[in-house]
Amino acid sequence: MNFGTKLIHASGDIDPTTGSVSTPIYQTSTFHQFDIENFGKYDYARSGNPTRDVVEKLIAELEGGECGFAFASGMAAICSVLSIFSAGDHIIICGDVYGGTYRATTKLFSRFNIEFTFVDASNIEEIKNAFKENTKGLYLETPSNPLLKVTDLRAASKIAKEHSAITIVDNTFMSPYLQRPLELGVDIVLHSATKFLGGHSDVLAGLVVTKTKELGDRVYQIQNTFGAVLGPQDSWLLARGIKTLKVRLDALQKSAQKLAEWLESRAEVEKVYYLGLESMEGREIHLEQADGAGAVLSFKFKTLERTTIFLNNVKNVAVAVSLGSVETIVSYPAKMSHASIPKAEREELGITDTLIRVSVGLEDIEDLIESFKEAIEL
Amino acid sequence: MTLKKSFETIAVSGVSGGDKATGAISYPIYQSATFKHHGLNNSTGYDYSRAQNPTREEAEKTLAILECGKEAIGFSSGVSAITACIHLFKSGDHIILSDDLYGGTYRLFEEIYKDFGLKATFVDTTNTKNILDTVKENTKAIFIETPSNPMMKVTDIREVAEITKKNKLLLIVDNTFLTPYYQKPLELGADLVIHSGTKYLGGHHDLLAGFIVGNDEGILQKLRRIHMSTGATLSPFDSWLILRGIKTLHIRLDRAQENSIKIAKFLENNSKVEKVYYVGLENFEGYELNKKQSTGFGATLSFRVKDKELVPKILESVKVIRFAESLGGVETLITYPITQTHSEIPDQIKQRLGVDEYLLRLSIGIENVDDLIKDLENAIGK
Repeated sequence: MNFGTKLIHASGDIDPTTGSVSTPIYQTSTFHQFDIENFGKYDYARSGNPTRDVVEKLIAELEGGECGFAFASGMAAICSVLSIFSAGDHIIICGDVYGGTYRATTKLFSRFNIEFTFVDASNIEEIKNAFKENTKGLYLETPSNPLLKVTDLRAASKIAKEHSAITIVDNTFMSPYLQRPLELGVDIVLHSATKFLGGHSDVLAGLVVTKTKELGDRVYQIQNTFGAVLGPQDSWLLARGIKTLKVRLDALQKSAQKLAEWLESRAEVEKVYYLGLESMEGREIHLEQADGAGAVLSFKFKTLERTTIFLNNVKNVAVAVSLGSVETIVSYPAKMSHASIPKAEREELGITDTLIRVSVGLEDIEDLIESFKEAIEL
Repeated sequence: MTLKKSFETIAVSGVSGGDKATGAISYPIYQSATFKHHGLNNSTGYDYSRAQNPTREEAEKTLAILECGKEAIGFSSGVSAITACIHLFKSGDHIILSDDLYGGTYRLFEEIYKDFGLKATFVDTTNTKNILDTVKENTKAIFIETPSNPMMKVTDIREVAEITKKNKLLLIVDNTFLTPYYQKPLELGADLVIHSGTKYLGGHHDLLAGFIVGNDEGILQKLRRIHMSTGATLSPFDSWLILRGIKTLHIRLDRAQENSIKIAKFLENNSKVEKVYYVGLENFEGYELNKKQSTGFGATLSFRVKDKELVPKILESVKVIRFAESLGGVETLITYPITQTHSEIPDQIKQRLGVDEYLLRLSIGIENVDDLIKDLENAIGK
């Protein structure tokens, strides 16, 4: 089955009782037991809910993994996965990781004596050198947020394997349509499904897929114990969003390419970060492990003044946090997604005050470029 | 043998008590437009959600049992349910209606269906002689609200049913104000019951819904066809919200009614208030009759102030109570019928009924009654 068909049919979500083509929303917390000796598949919705099941099976199928899990948000998914580790464990993590993940690791999990080392993961040598006796995990984002730095997933997961460590990849930016890390040797994939998978800025959700049943059991134990599960209504919205993932991303990517090329041609712009551009570092590795450049790009203005004018005046887009939706979202990493990283570290990563991230939406690209042009030329 | 369940128990469990396939206690929301067939000529019973949807069916069947009817049909709003009823008639037919009724119903008959040749006469149905005097050759139905909106006038359902039976007319009762928890018109002889489910059945001011409930197979079949053809059907999510709302109908109404009685008495004793219209007050005209045909008074009441200058002051100064149209929710609302719910009714009729610049309507919610009384006292004065 091709990916585009899987999106529509892989969950097998046709209701067997009624034939309902759209999966029913089981807005229930508990389930009646018909036989006290043999409990049914469902007993309590935290442990399992038929609507959540549909989306969990679907993401497992799309990512090519054994088990899928749905959480109340991307951060709930990330924190639940990090909870499979124990005190004394060491985890290597990419330096320009999403600000929320940075906060969770440095402020929360560090309190439970889990040790983290941040590395420039686009440099395989740096990853290799960071391994220690107690290293149990390698946590990556590729392309990274917001500078779209690329990590060679095959090489990185190979090193981790040699050290019996688990490789975890946040695949939010690419989605399984463009990149399937489990096929490249990765053990756990996670998503902020709020982004491209949901795709309409209307639902918060996180998804996790494990390569093996054994890892799946560990994640399930956390999901059921910690209880940060996705509700039935949101599970349904997410399943609904996933049906159009391919058509949305196809269109978004086309527009992102045009916008990136246009930005690159502008004198006011210092640099454009987009893996669809020939000039972009890491492009070759990226195209070996992914099927496209995605729909998120970043760019830097030459001056802070220009940056501020642009952000205050750009029309027909949402100036907001988040990404991956039908509407174009322009965000300011220094004050939004990466605000929790100290300024000095942020600057060192290249997340300067002149950096702007764009999640390209489904608007007409001519209109979008016109809006950008007006705001840049002010 | 199956036990005959009481109202409250059916309200809480719904007709099927959850999902048979998974045991889910809360009935699933079938947010699906269409249904896969097992094979040729082998439908699951569901084909297309406009025709029927499992969640809507659950809400319909639950309400049907509660109203002691054979079947209920779920519509996208109260007015669309009334519209479907009108489609039972044809050009040249004549219908008699309570003169004191919801403005939207008046508008439907006088502005929309008049053009289709439907004739309507609005009479004071509290006196059944008025109905008898109005029945003509071509009269096909009588449509009443009791208690009426907003004057809380009570019509004797049994007596009107005798007239409709004798003259082979259809008796349609809008039961929105009392709900089946307090009044079951089908048991009293009505042919069809109508609901704005938006009100007490939903109960949270968060959805729009309408229902028709009946017993006669032939009429129900006609209504089903109208429903399917005109397509004003209730959505799966709103059907589920209705089911959810009905679960607390009895406790919401009990509390709202308790609050209403206290508020009605407070208003009655307030020097700025001229009259209180509430069927729960023993000295109110319709009290005895309402008691004969229902088990409660509901939670909607109106009152008239002595000085009309007080009206804007009250509407501006209430804090807990909100100045908004609609009724039947957990929040207390105050409405100014003359410009809001009844703006569509001609001045002449409004004046005759007493729907004037002095009249305010309250839909009492389930807040703390002392807070509500304090709020009213602050707004009206002592």
